[in-house]
Formats: sequence, structure tokens, C-alpha cells
Amino acid sequence: MIGAAGTKTILKGRSVVDGVAEAEAIVTTQAISGFGGIDSKTGEVIEVRHELCGQSFKGKILVFPGAKGSSGWASHFQSTRLAGAAPAAMIFKIMTTKMALGAVVTRVPAVTDLDQDPAEVIKSGDWVKVDGTNGIVEVTHK
Amino acid sequence: MQLTDSEQAVRDGSEGEARAHAMDLLCRYGKALGAERLIDTNNVCGGMVGALPGRRDLLPEVPEGEERDMDQVYSLLNLDADKTFDIPPVKAMTYRLIDAMDPDKADVQRVSPESQQISKDVGKFCSKVGINQCNTCTPYQIGNVPVMGEHCAWMESSAVIYINSVIGARTNVEGAHSASAAALVGKIPYWGYHTDDYRRGNYLVEIDHDVESMLEWGLMGYWIGEKVKNNVPVLTGIGAPPNPNKLKHFGAAAASSGGIEMYHIAGVTPEARTVDDAVRGREIREKLVFGKKQLEEAYSWFSTAKSRDVDFVVIGCPHASLEQVKLVASLLEGRTLSANSNLWIFTPKALKSMADRIGYTATIEKAGAHLMSDSCSALSRVYPEGVQVAATDSCKQAHYLPAILKFGTWLGSTEQCVDAAVTGKWNGGLAGHKDAGKMIAPGALQ
Repeated sequence: MIGAAGTKTILKGRSVVDGVAEAEAIVTTQAISGFGGIDSKTGEVIEVRHELCGQSFKGKILVFPGAKGSSGWASHFQSTRLAGAAPAAMIFKIMTTKMALGAVVTRVPAVTDLDQDPAEVIKSGDWVKVDGTNGIVEVTHK
Repeated sequence: MQLTDSEQAVRDGSEGEARAHAMDLLCRYGKALGAERLIDTNNVCGGMVGALPGRRDLLPEVPEGEERDMDQVYSLLNLDADKTFDIPPVKAMTYRLIDAMDPDKADVQRVSPESQQISKDVGKFCSKVGINQCNTCTPYQIGNVPVMGEHCAWMESSAVIYINSVIGARTNVEGAHSASAAALVGKIPYWGYHTDDYRRGNYLVEIDHDVESMLEWGLMGYWIGEKVKNNVPVLTGIGAPPNPNKLKHFGAAAASSGGIEMYHIAGVTPEARTVDDAVRGREIREKLVFGKKQLEEAYSWFSTAKSRDVDFVVIGCPHASLEQVKLVASLLEGRTLSANSNLWIFTPKALKSMADRIGYTATIEKAGAHLMSDSCSALSRVYPEGVQVAATDSCKQAHYLPAILKFGTWLGSTEQCVDAAVTGKWNGGLAGHKDAGKMIAPGALQ
């Protein structure tokens, strides 16, 4: 499924939060916790057993299954925005109240319900443009 | 999102800027969820997160001699607004879930003067806008008991799973901003566990073991949560019927390990007279069996302590019922805590006043332990000085203590935990934890 370097793939889905952003992708197949899962000041994943532990999503397109853990999820992601450590956009698969509210208060473009599995199509380091308003993702493969 | 005329009017500002912003936030949240409309709610339980450690750091400095502008705090941290509104009284009945301290035990809890001041400021604001300071993760233990089918907007995963499953009320796990907005306009998106479809079971769990004690119910919840994640399990084969304490611990554990917001127990919970009643045609993803092996597996996930010298015993996560307080008092009667250990038990303020009256509090405090209210070790980050090893009777607290406070943590029955505080040594474990049951009434906690 993954395109050759420099080629593009277009994914279509549903708008969650309006807006357009483009940046390098950071991709995980594991859900992310707010409380105990991230450092809101740096955007770093801190959950010890997480595959992104030690890596920051600050300024990147965060591609992940969705939210898990405490009901403080949205507060922790709002804090990343207030600290200037928010991701540039969010692409996720599993809708929950934590995920929806978190995307809204992080105030970055967000999409879900894509026609292909984003974690298979997008690799960390790919350049990704997220059109949150129209639910369209444009991937430029590395 | 389709709004009614009156909802649209509020969004357009007919009831002022703060309610307009709250309605707009709920609309954006509803759109994100994929909801089509809002529904009325008159039962909101949320956090005034500005007072809790971690979020406090985001608050602006208060100039010397001036009072903190709580409208600013609420506008920023609770409503995600860029400007400060004059926050009007809440429209829905609204209850606060937790404070950062027990105001009567602030010294024992070693709460700094600055933090005490923030708690006071938040308390004053709650009174101004009409938020009831229940300050408990278990509002359903102190009179906020919704009816079956009632639409609520609650935070706190252990409370959400309890009222959805045990009572048949309807709520998702809300966040600080959605609960705070719901309080101001009395609305919440009609999505998820508000709808009939989401509430149907999609995992079957056959119970193949005599699950009796509170510890076993907690471990079973933790194991099922780990396996089914955020799906809806239906339990069959329950032997002895549970009591509210056991379901409180079961749900809290299931929500901590996996994020379960709703479960059914065939023949016990209100939307599960039978398995078919609970599933109502939904596709079953998987059938699981929970037996002795699974119970032992769940217990094995918890031994994070190395030293058996226990500094600190935490009981009351979720907040202890009167029966649990009574149990601890009876176990402490005529005994004294080890000089090297501490025992804190957390309960809602309303139940503490009952415990004061009947004398449980006096028995507990005479032994050198503390009965506390309004707070919680893990969330409020309060604990005695120099703690390295903790013990608790709660899977949820044992899940969070090592992560948040970095304590090695033992998990056992309430009696084992009290013994650890009295002797200063951990001698507990899954084997033999029900021995105390012989001295307690049938159906009681262990």
C-alpha cells in the first residue's frame, strides 16, 4: 500500500475539527493517555510501555488510534496547546468522548473515518497535509 | 448538528457571552463526535481542575494583595475560551468531584499554603455559581442517585461505569470542558451511552469461579478491562450476588485497565434481565472465561513493591462507603498503628459526618489512622512524608500509585492492609485473603 518516495496518496474521511495544517507525521498503532501518558509542556509521550515513549508530537501530524485513560485527556491536550507543544493536526481511528473533546480544545485540524487505515498508509517522517474542514489527508511519501 | 430554536438563540447570545460560548463548545464537540443533536441534562458532575496539581501551573500569577480572578480560571481551563467571561450561575444541578485537599486535614496532608489558598478560591467560586462541593468520586453514595434512563453529564470513569451499569442512567465519560459547558446550559451531545445501541453488550464473559470478596471483584474488573478495552462486556455465571461496594471496586478497576464505561451482569444489572436482553442482537466479538487462573493472572500484574516494610496504607478508592469505614474501624479496635506506618482512609464528607456520629472516626483516629474527606492520594497528590512503599485494597489506586507517586505498591484485602499498617510489614496476598470473612456478616466485603 505504501507509495514510492515522492509519490502522493489521498485519504478521504470525516471532518472532526476544521482547519488546514501540514507537517511531518509521527505514527503509532497504540492509543495515547493524557494523564500519565504525555508531558504537556513538551508534547513528549512518557508512558513507559508506549512505543513512542521519549518522542514528542510537538508541531507534527499525530497519527494514532485514539485516546485512552483518565477523563482528564482533553485537559492535558489543551495544556499542550497553552504550552506551545500541541501537535499540528490529529488523524485517528477510534472515536470516543475523550478524543472528540481533546481535538476540539487542542484546536488543531482533525479527521477520522478515513477510507484506508492511516497507520498503514502513513509512516513516521512522511509529509502530511490535513484538510480538517473537508476531511481530506494528502500524504507525500518519504 | 441540528439545534432547536432555543439552543440556537443561546448560541447566538440571548443568555450572555458565557452561555453562548458554552453552547458553541458543545456544538463543536457534538460535531466532532458525529452527534446530530444535544439532549437536556440536569445532572452534571465535573472537576474544577484549576485546583489540582499539574493544571495549577497554567494559572497566571496573582498580584500581591489581589484576589485570584476565578472567572478567568474557569473561562480558560474549564471552557477553553480566549477571553474572560463573567461566569453566571450554573443552569443544571452541578456537583464537584474532588478537591485538592481535606480542609480539616490540610496539615496532616502537608498541603502548601499556596495550594490551600487555591482550594479556598475555587470553593468560593463554586458557591458563587452554584456548584455543590460534594468533592467525592462517588456522588451516588451521598444522594446523587439518578433514575434509570436519566441523561447525565459526568466525569470520573469509576462513577460513570457505576451509574450506567448498576443504575441504568445514561452518560459518557465527559471531560472538564464538556461538563463545565453542560453545567452552564443544561445540554450534552446525544451520542454514545446516551443511545440504546451503544449500551448493548458485545463481549460475553463466563464467570467460572466463586468471586466473592471485594478484592476478587476488583481483580475480575481489572482483568476484564484489560481484555475488552472500551467495549461492553456481559457477565454470566455469577454465584453470590454482589453488593454496592463490590460493584464500585469492580467498575473502578475495569475503567482503569481498559476504559469500560458500561457492563451488564445477567440477572443482576437493570438492562440485563437475561443475556439476550443485554445484547439485543448486537454481534458478539469474543467469548471469554474468567476462572481461578485469570484471577491469579490479574493479581500478578500488581506486585510492584520489593520491600515488605509498608510506610503507607491507602483505603477508599473510590471513596469508602460507610460499611468499609465500619470494617476498618472494627479491624483497628483496640490496636495501634506501627510507628513506621500510616493509614489514611478516604470517604465523602457526608459519610464522614455519619462516621463521626456513630464513633467509627474516633476508633480509627485513636489507633493513629486518619479518616479523610474531599480528596484522594493519587489525584490530590497528598501523602505522608518519606513514603516509599504503599499498600491498598483498591486495584484502581494500585494502578495509579506507582505511576503518579512512584510508590512500590502492594495490593490485598482490607484486613491485610490494616494489618500492614499495624505491624508495618506486608504479609498479604491473594491466598488466604478471605479468612477474615469468618468474622463478618454473610455477603460482606471479604
